[in-house]
Amino acid sequence: MKKPIAGGAGSAAPVEVALPHSGTSQRRALTGLLENERFLAFVLLAPTVLLLGLFIAYPFVMGVWFSLSDISVGNPAHFVGLRNFVKAWNDSIFRTAFWNTSFYTFWATIFKLALGMWLALLLNRHFRGKRIVRASMLLPFIVPTVLSTFAWRWMFDPTFSVLNWTLYKTGFIVAKLPFLSNGDWALWCAIAVNTWRGMPFFAITLLAGLQTINTDLHEAASLDGANGWKRFWHVTWPLLKPVTVVVVVFSIIQTFSDFQLIYVLTGGGPANSTHLLATYAYQIGVATGLLGEGAAISLCMLPVLFIVVWIQLRYLRRLEGA
Amino acid sequence: MVIERRWKKWVFFYIPLTVFVLGTLFPFYWMFVTAIRPDAELYRSWRAVNNAPFWTLQPTLEHFRDLMAKTMFPQWLWNTFFIAVISTAISLACGLLAGYALARLKFPMAGALGTSIFVTYLVPPTLLFIPLADIVRDFQLGNTPWALILTYPTFLIPFSTWLLMGYFKTIPKELEECARIDGATRFGAMTRIIFPIAVPGILSAGIFAFTLSWNEFIYALIFLSSPERKTVPVGVVSELIRGDIYFWGQLMAGALLGSIPVALVYSFFVEYYVTGLTGSVKG
Repeated sequence: MKKPIAGGAGSAAPVEVALPHSGTSQRRALTGLLENERFLAFVLLAPTVLLLGLFIAYPFVMGVWFSLSDISVGNPAHFVGLRNFVKAWNDSIFRTAFWNTSFYTFWATIFKLALGMWLALLLNRHFRGKRIVRASMLLPFIVPTVLSTFAWRWMFDPTFSVLNWTLYKTGFIVAKLPFLSNGDWALWCAIAVNTWRGMPFFAITLLAGLQTINTDLHEAASLDGANGWKRFWHVTWPLLKPVTVVVVVFSIIQTFSDFQLIYVLTGGGPANSTHLLATYAYQIGVATGLLGEGAAISLCMLPVLFIVVWIQLRYLRRLEGA
Repeated sequence: MVIERRWKKWVFFYIPLTVFVLGTLFPFYWMFVTAIRPDAELYRSWRAVNNAPFWTLQPTLEHFRDLMAKTMFPQWLWNTFFIAVISTAISLACGLLAGYALARLKFPMAGALGTSIFVTYLVPPTLLFIPLADIVRDFQLGNTPWALILTYPTFLIPFSTWLLMGYFKTIPKELEECARIDGATRFGAMTRIIFPIAVPGILSAGIFAFTLSWNEFIYALIFLSSPERKTVPVGVVSELIRGDIYFWGQLMAGALLGSIPVALVYSFFVEYYVTGLTGSVKG
């Protein structure tokens, strides 16, 4: 990223003197103004800043205020300090949701990274039909999550599960597996669906990273006697690390704040055992109407997101500095 | 090339790749089979002798017919399309201008502004939906498509700005300088010289933004309440399940039809989409 020269920016004042204020027509004046770099930048950035300010910065401030108040649907806000956060902390469902969110994010990210890396390495080779295979691999990522999650829900159906049928017919199980009717199973099912959906994103971005690696490096390494695993570990992985870090950060943010997958797959059930922070915030804030408490619950995602973003920015800066 | 034995190629390449392809595509196949299967076959005990779940002997289009005729599905398709196109257009316009300013112009706070746009890119919608619902109501936008058209850019603009900024930086500065020497204004050089060169980048950002807005769920779920205003993902979730009963045939038909438009757009522009995807994570 380009950074302004510190101090130099303030001394750009003489430019404004050169504006053609004496212009006869307004059109000339406008063109003149647009020639000024700072004015042009202001004009070009205004719509973006306005929209993001109105629908991100302003709601963020409102959200902080909500979380410190007892606002609910139809009732005005009164300041209550940290009461909502204390209440959430003493709420066993909130604790479960927080734990679930961390567990879900951790395992789903590990699986997506491992499988995505594997798939990227496979796709990096030459074979017939490579383009169509690569294109079809991205489908889970393209299709609306809600809709594909419905297909999974149907595959996990307690009575008609095709997975149970297959396992039963092949002799792996004698009784149905409780895919979504048991809390632990249901969370693992959600992790599986999330992995299925997000793995292509890892694979394709890592593949793009792999394609920038010069094949000479691999040949040199294999001439030196390095086997496949050593070539990956000592040649590919170090070169792939920067893009991996960025992809992992994106994925952690998406997974940690996930809503739709759980909403469709389990709805937080059975018995509130699979709530994530976002689905629980929805249940309290929207379904129950306790806006203040709901806002507090969703703001609890912030510290984790903040740490992740901070690590990423630091890492990118260090790369730029190197 | 590293030379390999044939069995090794099977074990380390063909078999894993086949497993990946099957695992990735099976849910879609399952969607399709369920959608064309008559109800009598759908709800048959899994231990029944004549159960053949992987194919159907009496394919039917009944679920699709019901979906198109008896539900508001066509209306949802149109709503989704309309909202996705307009919000993508707004985001591209903003992203183009902002991306150009951040890539080419010198002005105070440029670095800070760039960083803060990047940070908003990382703000997930689920962090803000409760206060945002209140704001949307205050602005009298509740239950209108404009609630979504104006809020989707919050996650589309940062991404398109970021992508296009990267693209502009790859265009040599000399092109603009030549145009300026020939008498073009800054604005003219931007719109007539740089933007046309950036068309592939714009296309990438546009395709990516379109798929993101087609897939968006939580804002659409909260901001829209009347059935005829809903988008496909929300309509399928909230209107096709009556009470506690899941009509799986119709649900899968809806899932399939709701996925096809975005899959079509994607299949026409795979390369652009991939550029958008990989560009979206480049620092």
